[in-house]
Amino acid sequence: MKREYSIIGKPTGNVDGAAKTTGEAKYCFDMSLPNQLYGKHLRSPYAHARILSIDTSEAEKLQGVKAIITGKDVPGGKWGLWRRFRELCDQIALADDKVRFIGEPVACVAATTKDIAEQAIELINVEYEPLPGVFDPLEAIKDDAPLVHDDFENNINATRHIEWGNVDEGFAQADYTREDKFTCFPQAVASMEVHNSLASYDKGSKRLTVWSSTQSPYYLQLGLADALKMREGDIRVIKPHVGGGFGGKNSTMPDSTSAALLSMKTGRPVKIVFNREEEFISTEHRTGMHVALKIGLKKDGKIVARECKVITDGGAYTGLGATALYLSGIFQTFPYKIPNYRYDAFRTYTNKVWATSVRGFGATPTVYCAESQLDRAAKDLGIDPLQIRKMNVMEPGYEAPGQYKVDSCGIMPCIEKMEKRIKEKWPKVEENEGIGFSAFAYMSGGIFNWIDTPYAYSGARVQVNIDGTVDLFTQASDIGQGHNTVSVMICAEELGIGMEDIRLHPADTATTPVDLGAWGSRETLMNGNAIKMAAGQIKQKLVDLARAKLGENIAYDLVAKDKRIYLELRPERGFSYYDIVRDAIKLNDGEPLIGTGHYTPHNKGMISPAYGMGIMAIKAKVDKEIGHIEPQGVLIVHDCGQEINPLGARGQVEGSVHMGLGYCLCEDMPNDNGMLLNPSMNDYKIVRQRDMPQIELMDVPTYEAEGPFGAKEAAEATIAPTAPALANAVFAATGAEFDSNVLKPEKVLKAIRAAEAKKAQKK
Amino acid sequence: MKQILQFTVNGEPRELLIDPKKFLVEVLREDLGLTGTHWACDTGACCCCTVIMDGKAVKSCSILAMQANGREVTTIEGLADGPNLHPIQQAFIDNWALQCGFCSSGQIMAAKALLDENPSPTREDIQLQMDGHLCRCTGFNMIQEAILDAAERLKGQK
Repeated sequence: MKREYSIIGKPTGNVDGAAKTTGEAKYCFDMSLPNQLYGKHLRSPYAHARILSIDTSEAEKLQGVKAIITGKDVPGGKWGLWRRFRELCDQIALADDKVRFIGEPVACVAATTKDIAEQAIELINVEYEPLPGVFDPLEAIKDDAPLVHDDFENNINATRHIEWGNVDEGFAQADYTREDKFTCFPQAVASMEVHNSLASYDKGSKRLTVWSSTQSPYYLQLGLADALKMREGDIRVIKPHVGGGFGGKNSTMPDSTSAALLSMKTGRPVKIVFNREEEFISTEHRTGMHVALKIGLKKDGKIVARECKVITDGGAYTGLGATALYLSGIFQTFPYKIPNYRYDAFRTYTNKVWATSVRGFGATPTVYCAESQLDRAAKDLGIDPLQIRKMNVMEPGYEAPGQYKVDSCGIMPCIEKMEKRIKEKWPKVEENEGIGFSAFAYMSGGIFNWIDTPYAYSGARVQVNIDGTVDLFTQASDIGQGHNTVSVMICAEELGIGMEDIRLHPADTATTPVDLGAWGSRETLMNGNAIKMAAGQIKQKLVDLARAKLGENIAYDLVAKDKRIYLELRPERGFSYYDIVRDAIKLNDGEPLIGTGHYTPHNKGMISPAYGMGIMAIKAKVDKEIGHIEPQGVLIVHDCGQEINPLGARGQVEGSVHMGLGYCLCEDMPNDNGMLLNPSMNDYKIVRQRDMPQIELMDVPTYEAEGPFGAKEAAEATIAPTAPALANAVFAATGAEFDSNVLKPEKVLKAIRAAEAKKAQKK
Repeated sequence: MKQILQFTVNGEPRELLIDPKKFLVEVLREDLGLTGTHWACDTGACCCCTVIMDGKAVKSCSILAMQANGREVTTIEGLADGPNLHPIQQAFIDNWALQCGFCSSGQIMAAKALLDENPSPTREDIQLQMDGHLCRCTGFNMIQEAILDAAERLKGQK
């Protein structure tokens, strides 16, 4: 049956658009409270050192200083996001016995002005005993390497083994094998709004309220409870508008823990805002890693085996890095059927700020490696890059034993659409131009529950009032990705009313049902299901009442649409939504109608309930003299199930491609013995307007039965294929093979020369 | 020693006693509560803090508040006509030219200054004028489309 929606699938402007274009939207950055103090951290100048003593007496004498805290003032223990594995809960609010990276906070001052707080930290005297540090994962695992955490031998923070089929037999069957090694460098998050929090402790109730720029109010509530040794329920976290997260705002960070501790100590509200340098040197980034990849294929291009070994540069703590380690083994297999697969990986501790989830996490580095290698294999075998992908892609119902199951799966139609369109769009390439491809897939939220929530993964509550207006409560987080718009669209569609009838109350742990937050593209499917269920309960009540009032044949179907409830096949027979609501509330003894919904995935394997996927092509021109790459255009065919908001989905694709281009063209984090060398927006380069190519986005609609209205992941998947599609375009144009994600001119020139030398040797 | 700053903000005359070390963005946000103007970099690199001073787009983080003495400043809060959004604001919403929205105020104010000077910009004009504006969410294309759309809307108004 064709599905006709009133709201779903229609390009819809952002529900927060008016607030965000008029300056009325309040970010935590914009908030202040009467009598507020300002917090500032003193940070470690050493990458690795023992703290011998901290003397705060001079700072305390400065007029305007109200409190100073150090590691000794932290009542709780360590915390982390891997709560099922307490040994991986390794984060601390303020360094106690030693510091593990440059920029780690050792003390925090609360003062009446920002200037005084900044002066005060200069007066704190910390005596350090510098220790040898470890900065490279390959060094970190050596037996004589200094230990970042004493109880983790060889600095191994987490290990992962994934295997299915029989890899050795698989390689034995292969007509062709190749091995490639890559180094993938980290990427900063660089959200426009820095980490910042405002904490206010109520002396009477002994409860704490924290406003924070976070992706997950629930995770922050849990982290604060662990750090402060308080009950979760005594901590209220409110997420105002958030100026970007991209994975970097999942962990509980010192902006919130220190603000909370200082508010508890002074009895006054405390605000802490990181400056941009603090943001770069002390908050999380994308994982750097060494990757060794081996692939075995039959002559016809069929993949028979793949083996992957990964060592990641984890930095000083765990964050969501252990999750990234697992997913790095998973998403590089997508969207292909790899009958025999083995992945061995470990994450090392190093004396750097730690690596975590960042947009497309678990996919972006290893997909770069796998898709680059696939094109090299295709060239050696004389097979067209699209053809080799068609030979190997999944079909609906594909399962990787013990790991994942893919239900809706439009990858083949995506590639077929790409084949057709690319002939029209780029019928030929000039000299030094090339077209590169990369397939992609990504999760619609994670099934793994390392945070160990006892709650459903997402919840929503819908209240319908006497005038038909709706209050929608959910802890789901809009951090710029547009989920508030998606929430309202889903609720309105389900009830058959207008978006203007709905007032959304998001992301406040005191008033909204738990949702795990915005990461891994989870909100549309998981929270969408919870909202649809909650609204659906009310719709059912309204439909039942309308059915009773109409007195029609019980077999007749009623629909809620266009603010009416009516017989589907006799639309003239029905009632106004508003009239039925009034009657329903009267029947409900005067209580507003309340629906509650929740979602937790079941029987969907270990990874995700559903996968968005597709294929990307980039056309690029290479200047062989100076090594400059110009991406000339991007073409994407994407299966994201039923699109909820095509306008928002396109926006997310544009942003993903932008960040993906930055990942290979200009963003990097040079590090000298633990010191980040470019901690400013002047020196950390993101892709600018003039360098951003045009993107053509095409859709292959599928219906994902697990998702609300058939929806699943959209757009986040498209960051991972961006760098490999560009590298493959350069490979197509010049034969240059890259051993890292960095496609800067000097690397490009080197790779082109190596390719030319190889070619000359063959002759 | 504090100094008196007299200037016009969003059409209203203002007189403030301020610390002369303060940047314009600090006075707008902290003394006047106009928190719609953001900043994101501390080093004059992001253009999030752009406001219009005497018709020109300026980075309010990079000029001292006292440099605005006697001048007219328009911030994002002064753009809408009462309850009615300015066509640039509406075009930003309709073209999904904002996501997290943190840089949007600066983008919109720069677009206003651009369109006041050049009512029919090309895409290249926009790229050139707006090149300094950083945005981590949008990839810029949809912002450029919104400004082109706003130019059409503004012409239609006349």
